[in-house]
Amino acid sequence: MSRILAAVLLIVLALAPVSARAQQADEALAAMGAPGFDSLRRGVEQLALSGHPRAAAIIGALQNGRLFARADRALFIKTDADDFVEAATGAPSDVQAGAVKPVRLNNSVRGAIDAALGSLRLFAPDAATRALAAEAVFKSRDPAALPALERALAGEKDSAVKRRMEQARAAALLFSAEANDADRIAAIAELRTRGDMDVRGLLATLTAQSPAVADAIGSAIVAIDRSLQLWSVAQSVFYGLSLGSVLLLAAAGLAITFGVMGVINMAHGEMVMIGAYVTFVVQQFMKVHTPGLYQANLLFAIPLAFLVAGAIGVAIERSLIRWLYGRPLETLLATWGLSLVLQQAVRSLFGANNRDVDTPSWMSGSSDLGGIVLTWNRVYIIVFAVLVLAALMAVLRFTSLGLRMRAVTQNRRMAAAMGIRTPWIDALTFGLGSGVAGMAGVALSQIDNVSPNLGQSYIIDSFMVVVFGGVGNLWGTTLGALTLGIVNKFLEPVAGAVLGKIVVLVLLIMFIQRRPRGMFPLKGRAVEA
Amino acid sequence: MSEADTLLYLDGVTVTFDGFRALNALSLVLEAGEMRAVIGPNGAGKTTMMDVITGKTRPDSGKVVFGSATDLTRLDEPAIAALGIGRKFQKPTVFEPHTVWDNLLLALAGDRRPRFSLWARETGEERSRIEAILETVRLTDQRGRLGGDLSHGQKQWLEIGMLLAQEPQLLLVDEPVAGMTDAETEQTAELLREINKTRSVVVVEHDMAFVRALGVKVTVLHEGSVLSEGSIDHVSEDPKVVEVYLGR
Amino acid sequence: MTLDRSTVLTLLAVLGGASILAILNQATASGSALHVPTYVIALAGKYLCFAMLALAVDLVWGFGGILSLGHAAFFALGGYAMGMYLMRQIGTRGVYGNPMLPDFMVFLGWKELPWYWFGFEWFPFAMLMVVLVPAVLALVFGWLAFRSRVTGVYLSIITQALTYALLLAFFRNDMGFGGNNGLTDFKDILGFSVQADSTRSALLVISALFLCAQFLMARFVIRSRFGKVLIAVRDTETRTRFLGYRPEAYKLVVWVLSAAMAGIGGALYVPQVGIINPGEFSPGNSIEAVIWVAVGGRGTLVGAILGAVLVNFGKTWFTGALPELWLYALGALFIFVTLFMPKGVMGLFAKRMGKRESSAAPGPATGRAVG
Repeated sequence: MSRILAAVLLIVLALAPVSARAQQADEALAAMGAPGFDSLRRGVEQLALSGHPRAAAIIGALQNGRLFARADRALFIKTDADDFVEAATGAPSDVQAGAVKPVRLNNSVRGAIDAALGSLRLFAPDAATRALAAEAVFKSRDPAALPALERALAGEKDSAVKRRMEQARAAALLFSAEANDADRIAAIAELRTRGDMDVRGLLATLTAQSPAVADAIGSAIVAIDRSLQLWSVAQSVFYGLSLGSVLLLAAAGLAITFGVMGVINMAHGEMVMIGAYVTFVVQQFMKVHTPGLYQANLLFAIPLAFLVAGAIGVAIERSLIRWLYGRPLETLLATWGLSLVLQQAVRSLFGANNRDVDTPSWMSGSSDLGGIVLTWNRVYIIVFAVLVLAALMAVLRFTSLGLRMRAVTQNRRMAAAMGIRTPWIDALTFGLGSGVAGMAGVALSQIDNVSPNLGQSYIIDSFMVVVFGGVGNLWGTTLGALTLGIVNKFLEPVAGAVLGKIVVLVLLIMFIQRRPRGMFPLKGRAVEA
Repeated sequence: MSEADTLLYLDGVTVTFDGFRALNALSLVLEAGEMRAVIGPNGAGKTTMMDVITGKTRPDSGKVVFGSATDLTRLDEPAIAALGIGRKFQKPTVFEPHTVWDNLLLALAGDRRPRFSLWARETGEERSRIEAILETVRLTDQRGRLGGDLSHGQKQWLEIGMLLAQEPQLLLVDEPVAGMTDAETEQTAELLREINKTRSVVVVEHDMAFVRALGVKVTVLHEGSVLSEGSIDHVSEDPKVVEVYLGR
Repeated sequence: MTLDRSTVLTLLAVLGGASILAILNQATASGSALHVPTYVIALAGKYLCFAMLALAVDLVWGFGGILSLGHAAFFALGGYAMGMYLMRQIGTRGVYGNPMLPDFMVFLGWKELPWYWFGFEWFPFAMLMVVLVPAVLALVFGWLAFRSRVTGVYLSIITQALTYALLLAFFRNDMGFGGNNGLTDFKDILGFSVQADSTRSALLVISALFLCAQFLMARFVIRSRFGKVLIAVRDTETRTRFLGYRPEAYKLVVWVLSAAMAGIGGALYVPQVGIINPGEFSPGNSIEAVIWVAVGGRGTLVGAILGAVLVNFGKTWFTGALPELWLYALGALFIFVTLFMPKGVMGLFAKRMGKRESSAAPGPATGRAVG
């Protein structure tokens, strides 16, 4: 019903007088019923332009082999129920199967059908369909679609769709033999505003033009190249920010345990890995027990991952780390051993293979912003990294736990003398760092393989970030992570992914040797002592 | 006082840590052969002054001239040590895994480069020098013990012995009698006076009785610069000093 | 140089053990009860090469206080130098029968040998590279690191990054080192087939000889005045600096020496296991080498050898009998040793024999001081 209403509306909006167009449609239908492929093809083209409300249905039926003709050239459509309806009206008909013959097709008719359906979709009630149809014309650059485009443009209300149509018209115009130079130059100017790779390809295929047009094409290509380059820089920055926020998430917990407490936790990567497995378990559980809430599984996984990894962190601190304070190299070795045990434990529990972790639908897909593609999961990870960082800073700055943590790290004995239970603060600080690592694991499960080795691939990078940024400084860690992410992504196109990573590592090694305490070192006598 | 007699000259030395002025335009002159005691409340800049002289900390501004014209602020610790400045730390710092004998052997003046030490053999001359120092610091009986096994006082003396083995022109001694018994303190004062016969000494100390026992010129530091200078009696009557130590 | 009892015992155990195994492999029939199968010979040879790596790690960590988490990189570089020699010996016997190019290069469609492969067909040159390549890398890295006073865990982390970067680099096909698969399918070394039992027995004895030579050299170094300074630097770096020593120079010398030792170990390892691939650079390998030293007893040379052999023997046994449990065992070993056995197995020996625990000061310096 709504389709018919929309079609009626389209007719009303069309500028041509209704009666003339009705006549055109009748002629078209008659031509289609007449024998001969030529007549059929002309009929299809005419019908498409006529604006007949059932044009799409009739031509669609023709394409599917459901259009039948009677000897008197009247057309019928066979329904799914094997009944016949009158093609022109859609009214039921009592015509018998023996009285009609299917209308047959050849290749030129099929071409005409495709074009006709394409231009008919320009009038579809759904704006997205119309935009797609315009885009199809833009890609095909078929001048034959021009009349339909003109009419569609005249009735188009949606400005975005209208822009698409104008671009499609410009493209078709450029390939039309009839267009004059002025039209062409106007069309090039129109396309230049769109300025993407497709336009560049289209303009590059235009040869044998008059000098004025050729000039316009040349300057348009230069301008498009420039803007494409800018967009690709912007895209690299986005990828860099995205990688940087991943590094930041992985390193934020380390900035607490290593940066603030000075504990070298080589099992930090395993806390991340555990966070990712928590996500997996939460998804498996919710799939079975609360399928209605499944899309929100990450919202449950994040706090749970924090608690699980945090609890494991507290347990590690109480059972292992606390015996090793002041012996950083021994801590390093013991926690490395711990990381082996944790990896193997996860391997025994979940198997050595990658586990599938779903991405909720609201996080998948992407959208275009100008010339850059924003993948939603990456955008969410950037947002998440910012939130985690803000929360961490707030905890350190505004909570009493944060105050105690800072007191203990600045002067342990004085803090103890003030009645702070330093062992518990140590355990909680370590638990906080581990919990943040667990939350990072939830985020990483969305973009990386969830396997027992997940943490291994981040541990060196995380340490690099913390050392690069300056130990004990969350802002430094942030800047370090973003810098490394962006540098990495800018080197990748030049040097390739692996070589880019090597170059970054070498640069970092050299940087640390020049500035052993990172970009934002702590100064003063406390450091020397 | 003539130029030639000046061994060490600090001129307007300023050191800041994160905005905190540890030394504030500190100027100080030490004559050759002099023993000087430096006192001052906590945070007065005593240890930072030592750090600057020995090259551990670079000053933000100012000069440190050693001997006739050597600017110490351009040199690092080993180079300054090679010039003849020895330093004893506040906390006794000896090589704990080595014997007393080896501690002194490593401290003896001589070639410090790896290519020498890899092939070096103990010479008779080295042995007699070590024997002499063991005598001076009263550790002859302890020569075979490990540095880590010595008592606190013995470590202090071993460290002073190591300084002597370096044969420096100037000794910087940071709180040599902290944690010592009265008898040990007395012996240490004697030892420093003995050393001062051939070398210049700067002693940083909290223990007023000890400083009095040394009987030398005293410099009082406060908030990174010199508050008062003179004999112990002179400075202890100086109202500025009294105010700093006793409060208003 | 006078030899004390533990040194003589070590030399006897290494050389004697290797010789007996080799003789029992060569001189007895394969059905005999005394026969030692060839796979045991290969395993023993591997252990001795690991012992060289452990010795190298102990020299810098136990005596210089530099915890290297990238020493396997030097080991692997030595191994690759040897591997390149062995690849060039294959000649036309490769799958593609190309007289100049190793199979993987033919497979990649390369037309000529990269410049850095030249000379490796010549044994003395290849052996020079076994020592030189790790040493030069160590020199450059160490010079930068020690001069800027990068110490402690920071140094450990960047050594880890170093081996990680090399791992990534050697995984690349276009580096010209066989990429993922590395170098393998060796045929012969100096004209002897690497598969032959006699060659394997000879390689075992040669490994034992090199291990003993490295042991004696390391012993000489740490007992010299240089070694005393090194130990002093390890415990009290600032003190040595104020005495006029340049710790960075001492660290650099021992670091480069240690890298060369590891390189030799790697070079002897490759013909005995028959392959070298980028996996040898993986950070875990370097850390494992550190735990060998910790198990044996950091700061004792004998301990390093003992630890390497013990842990690797355990690994062989575990991965054969209870493969699932090996990583648990290794992880637990790391934790147990650091928490409860800081002086390693040698520390237990010292306690048992009622001797002074002086792992920190190896050698009876007392005797000399009195005499």
